[in-house]
Amino acid sequence: MKKKQKLDIGPYIYILPALIIILVFRLLPIVLSFIVSFFDWSITGVGDFIGFENYSRLFQDPEFWQSMLNTFYLVIFVVPISLISSLIFATLLNNIKALKSFFRSVYFIPTVTSMVAISIVWKIIFNQQTGLMNFLLAKIGIEPLGWLAESRGIFLLLFESMGINIPTHLGGPSLALFSIIIVTIWKGLGYNTIIYLAGLQNIPAVYYEAADIDGAGKIKQFFKITWPLISPTTYYVLMMTTIVTFQVFSQIYLMTGPPIGGPLGTTKVIVYFLFDKGFGESNDLSYASAIALILFVVILSLTLLQKRLEKKVHY
Amino acid sequence: MKFKNSIIYLVLIICGITMIIPFVWMVTTAVKSQLEVNKGNVGFIPYEEYPVYNDGEELFRVKIVSAETDSSYVNIFNEAGKIISSYKKVPNNSLTEHKKLKFHFENFVNAFNKVPFALYFRNTIIVSVSVVFGVIVTGSLAAYAFARMKFKGREFIFYLFISMMMVPQPVYLIPSYIVLNHLGWLDTYQALIIPWIANIFTIFLLRQQFKTIPQELFDAAAIDGCSRWGILWKIVLPLSKSVISTAAIFGFIGSWNSFMWPLVMIDNPNLRVLQVGLSYFSQEASTQTTLLMAASTFSILPLIVLFLIAQKQIISSFASSGLKE
Repeated sequence: MKKKQKLDIGPYIYILPALIIILVFRLLPIVLSFIVSFFDWSITGVGDFIGFENYSRLFQDPEFWQSMLNTFYLVIFVVPISLISSLIFATLLNNIKALKSFFRSVYFIPTVTSMVAISIVWKIIFNQQTGLMNFLLAKIGIEPLGWLAESRGIFLLLFESMGINIPTHLGGPSLALFSIIIVTIWKGLGYNTIIYLAGLQNIPAVYYEAADIDGAGKIKQFFKITWPLISPTTYYVLMMTTIVTFQVFSQIYLMTGPPIGGPLGTTKVIVYFLFDKGFGESNDLSYASAIALILFVVILSLTLLQKRLEKKVHY
Repeated sequence: MKFKNSIIYLVLIICGITMIIPFVWMVTTAVKSQLEVNKGNVGFIPYEEYPVYNDGEELFRVKIVSAETDSSYVNIFNEAGKIISSYKKVPNNSLTEHKKLKFHFENFVNAFNKVPFALYFRNTIIVSVSVVFGVIVTGSLAAYAFARMKFKGREFIFYLFISMMMVPQPVYLIPSYIVLNHLGWLDTYQALIIPWIANIFTIFLLRQQFKTIPQELFDAAAIDGCSRWGILWKIVLPLSKSVISTAAIFGFIGSWNSFMWPLVMIDNPNLRVLQVGLSYFSQEASTQTTLLMAASTFSILPLIVLFLIAQKQIISSFASSGLKE
């Protein structure tokens, strides 16, 4: 009888394959990353313990701050624009009957296609001479733009076209980075729309019926019923889009340059910076690990911050 | 009401066009001739422009050899494309420019053969199919244990998994490179497959599904003498077909489209997957936009076809990824 009370190893056998993979290829790398960032480590082998040197070097590296700023621009533009437009699309889709799934599919196509192919296509779309963008601009009588080759800020360009000069540091993201922003929004819009649509369909119709009886207008209904009830979805979309946008890489790698991250480094983002340090010329894996950890800390704190906000504003 | 509806449709159509236009332009550019593109034919119609000579009765396609102020020397072609008169002096007012639709479908073949795309497709299929298979196997096993078995450390391990899900790929890219290097797996299929055969989201998804299966079924099977393993095969998996196919679709799309990982882990050109091969091709052929567009078209085609076949399921799987637990 006592034997039966012994540990049943059955469940562990079922978990083992997944556990091994996750321990070896997720947990171990993260621990390793932490350790490596404190050593002078390269692919040839372990170097000396250098403590926080990588981190202090990183914080003094202007390239790091520029990539952070560019990544920040990307997030600050992509997230709100994507969130608002996808909510609008989802609301519109939720209000129609015919062709609903057709439109849904059309918006969704960019989500399932590879970022590599999409980047190649958009790079040509933004080409100054043979690109679609300048061709369409010409049709409506607007001067051609530099797009991916333009290092000046969008606000600078905007005010310049109105004859106002503003200081360069207020110029905002370069037009090149803004081109990346456009592609990133376009790529993610379908996914966010689908998520929002699922959220909207979960709101019981009786709320709207009751509001109709009370004579509340559509706009009022949106802000009093839809917006509060959809807030969990909004937090999910906010969180996912922020995290994904922080990790933008393929667009930069394929669309910008040469050199990648150009013009004048205005499209260099944090993940490309990490990639370049780790696998580029310098091949400095420990420095790149330090960058990775900073990226992790930033994303983790944003996630936790949003989780806290979510609890506070949860209906 | 009708007016409101037509506005909604109008907005949706305009936005739909914006979403789809890059793909349309990709395909129309893919079938243009590079010469025309370089000359400035940027629009959506793959036409060809050529000078035509009018001798008063008939039109002939010509090639201008040299042009002077009011006359030109031309080679005149017949309909079969054979020169019937060379270096003929004709007045300029008898020459006009003609446009003709012409689709250069050979661009697809040329792009496909310019670099070994067949090999890239093969590698990608090997990797994606293996990953999907692995994800389903490890996921079903782990989810079954999490959902239906009591054991020490279950909660801890489960939360460990969930917290690992929060770690973004770029963060473990570098240390994974070091780990794979120590295993001697860099530049092998293993580097592309093994780290990806356990997917936490899949485990989570399957666990949710397995939990919904009524306990009575398990009890009945146990009374019949069915083992754990037998229950998994005879009851749990057959009842979870749709969630399993959802997980498979996710795994396939993710694996097919992954880029940064294979870019870092693979150096050997023979092991390049499609996305990496396409990326190298875009650097090699950067000026040949028509070939690039052709290559992009056939690279995304398999997933577009998959999407068109299973769009309902794909969209609802993605939608389910946003639902709260």
